[in-house]
This record gives sequence, C-alpha cells and structure tokens, in this order.
Amino acid sequence: MLSFEDVIEIIDSLQAEELHTWIEVGWVLPVRHRESYRFTEIDVARVRLISEMVHECQIEADAMPVVLGLLDQVYELRRRLNTLVRAIEAQPRDIREKIGRTVSETAGQPRNRSA
Amino acid sequence: MKDPYDALGIERTATDKEIGTAYRRLAKEYHPDLHPGDKTAENRFKEISAAYQILKDPDKRRRYDRGEIDAGGQEQPERSFYRAHADAEDGAKYARYEDFADLADKSDIFADLFRQTGDGRRSHIKMRGADIAYSLRIGFLEAANGAKKRVTMPDGVALDITVPEGVLDRQTLRLKGKGQPGLGGGPPGDAYIEIHIEPHPVFERKDNNIHITVPITLGEAVLGGKIDVPTIKGAVSMAVPKGSNTGTTLRLKGRGILDPKSKDYGDQYVTLEVVLPREIDDTLSDFVESWASDHPYNPRGDMKGV
Repeated sequence: MLSFEDVIEIIDSLQAEELHTWIEVGWVLPVRHRESYRFTEIDVARVRLISEMVHECQIEADAMPVVLGLLDQVYELRRRLNTLVRAIEAQPRDIREKIGRTVSETAGQPRNRSA
Repeated sequence: MKDPYDALGIERTATDKEIGTAYRRLAKEYHPDLHPGDKTAENRFKEISAAYQILKDPDKRRRYDRGEIDAGGQEQPERSFYRAHADAEDGAKYARYEDFADLADKSDIFADLFRQTGDGRRSHIKMRGADIAYSLRIGFLEAANGAKKRVTMPDGVALDITVPEGVLDRQTLRLKGKGQPGLGGGPPGDAYIEIHIEPHPVFERKDNNIHITVPITLGEAVLGGKIDVPTIKGAVSMAVPKGSNTGTTLRLKGRGILDPKSKDYGDQYVTLEVVLPREIDDTLSDFVESWASDHPYNPRGDMKGV
C-alpha cells in the first residue's frame, strides 16, 4: 500500500494537485487514512492509467469521465461474462453442448467444436 | 529490439512534433488497458514507449542516429497494467452496477449475475467490506527477529499480527478478510498494516547487514584480545587483532538480518573505536613521553596541501 506522496513519486509527470482533484471527483478511490490516503495496487494502476491518458495521450480532462465510464463498464462486463462462462463450464457435458448450440444459432456463426 | 523509427511508423527526418503526434496516436491505439484481452497490445505498447524514450530526447536521438546507442536498454521497468487488476476480484471496486439493471430484469435464472454485487434499489444487496489501513510501530529487534503483535482496532476487535523476520521499514502486510465486514453476505475487506520500525541506539541496518560501533581499550587496540560484541540475537565473542585502530571494521558473517527471498542472513560489521582511560595517570604519560620521543610518526601526512 502506498501513501499519497509515494504515488506522486513513482508516477512520472503526476502533480499532487491533479491527484487531489481525481480523488475529489471519484476517479480514484483510495482508502482514507488519518489525514491522508492509502493506495492499493489497483488504485495505483488506475492513477497510472489516468495519468497516461491525460499526459501522454492528451485526452482532455472533460473527456475522461466518458473514457473511464466506458472502461469501467467493459471491465465489469468482462468479470460478469467470466462468471457466466465458469458457471456454464461447471455443467454436465450435454448441457454445455445445448448452450453451445443455442449460442451458435443465435450468433449465426458455426461454433468451433473441440473435444 | 525494433528500430524506433519503424516502431512509431515515421521517417528518420521526422520533426519533434511529428514524433510526439505519432507516439500519442499509437499509445491511444495500443494502450493495453484499452484492450483487456489482447496479449499483443502490451508488447506493441512497450515497443512504442521504448521508441519514444529515445526519440523524444534530442540527445539520445542524435546518439542513436550515429549508432552510439542501440534500440535496446530503453525498456520500461516492469509495471502492472490496470487491466490485470480490473479483471481480478479487486476490479469490483470500480464496477458500475446500475448499468446492468435491464439485463437482470430479462432473466429469472441469471438475474443474480447482473445484480450480484448490489443495486441499491433491490433487496439482494451483497457488497464487499471496505479495506482499512493501519500503521504499526515496532522495535528494531522485533523487526530484525520477527514478532507476534496484538493490536486493538478502533472498533475494539483485537487483531493478531505475525511480523515476519527481516521485515522492512514501511513494508505493508496484508491481512485478508480483516477489514470492514461485508454487507448482505458479501466478503469482508482486507486490513493493510504498514510497518514503522523504530531506530535502535546501537544497531543500524543497511540492507540486510547490521552496522555497529564498539569501543575498545587502548590495551585491546595495541595488544589484541577477545571481546563480547552485541548482535541482534545476543552477544558473541569476537577476536580483536593486535594493532586494531579506530575505524578498523571487522565482519561477523551471518550475524545480520534474514533476507526473506534468498533465506540467507546478512553480516554484521563492527567498527572499532579506541577509547583512552578516563584518567591519564603518571605511568601512562611517562611511558608515552619516552616512547614518543624516539618513535616519531605523522598521521596527518595525507593532509598536506589541503
């Protein structure tokens, strides 16, 4: 877990002022700790992502909520899809095959069959 | 390593502005966090970043053009991308539940899949408890040798913490499931304990080695002898060679701190300091006077001209 100052230190071109703003508007959700914050690994990775989007890819701050909003939806979808796939994989073979056939028919594409 | 101009898809005559533009366009296109499942995106992105590291710096670019440096050696330090965390369980922290409400309505069987982590309006709320962070002050020897500590949280719950041998200052220990309780059957959060090590009056730690200054008598310095030296695991006997001076440093192998990775112990370095007796009596001063008169030496020879 890293402190506010650690995060500023390890991420290139990140300013304390902007990190404060990002926390205020809820782009990053570090854990409150006394008068400051503690950042878990996912928080730090997220700060780095936002910093790269803003500084290197020059995405305007105004556009960041759109980017982050879509990104969070994509990752949430991936997690839920993953849950669904695991649930289906846990079923007996005939049920898995029935689901597979239905998916092929619905998607209109031949399913790649494997033993 | 790929030629940086090829990596950014630009001519060798490209201006700084063209380099910047090409880099930003490619970084946006290949940023691995924008392509969660695509393994090639990460390699491509690293290639682009490494190329930009060379070409954005006029000096490095000139040296590359002259063949003085090659395209390698510009790799970024190992880093973890957001996608690795967002795909894992931790990712739930930044999830947006309300975006899936309509899907939950469409399926009786899979409704839970789309509302599992809780949409405030429904009865089926299940949320992971919040993480909490604490700092824990421990003594130098507790850190060096490992210790068991019991701390009481603000909510009155006692928490037993095993401090591993050789823990570092500011290292964080993660106690899974010891954070705030979850909601509606959700799992509890984690507790993060940041270790703060108090300094020791005698021992000083550098990496896994211990440094210590030990005073010796004039007799021990001139004639040598055995002395007891404190270590983090108790006193050991050490031989002081004849003619040891202030500043002489001796090594006690394996008397340092455990390296958690290699499982090897560091060493203890003992720096000697010759201490005169509190009172210089006539015997000593008479002897030194007669000895010095026919044994001149100049310990400040190296200072000449300073």
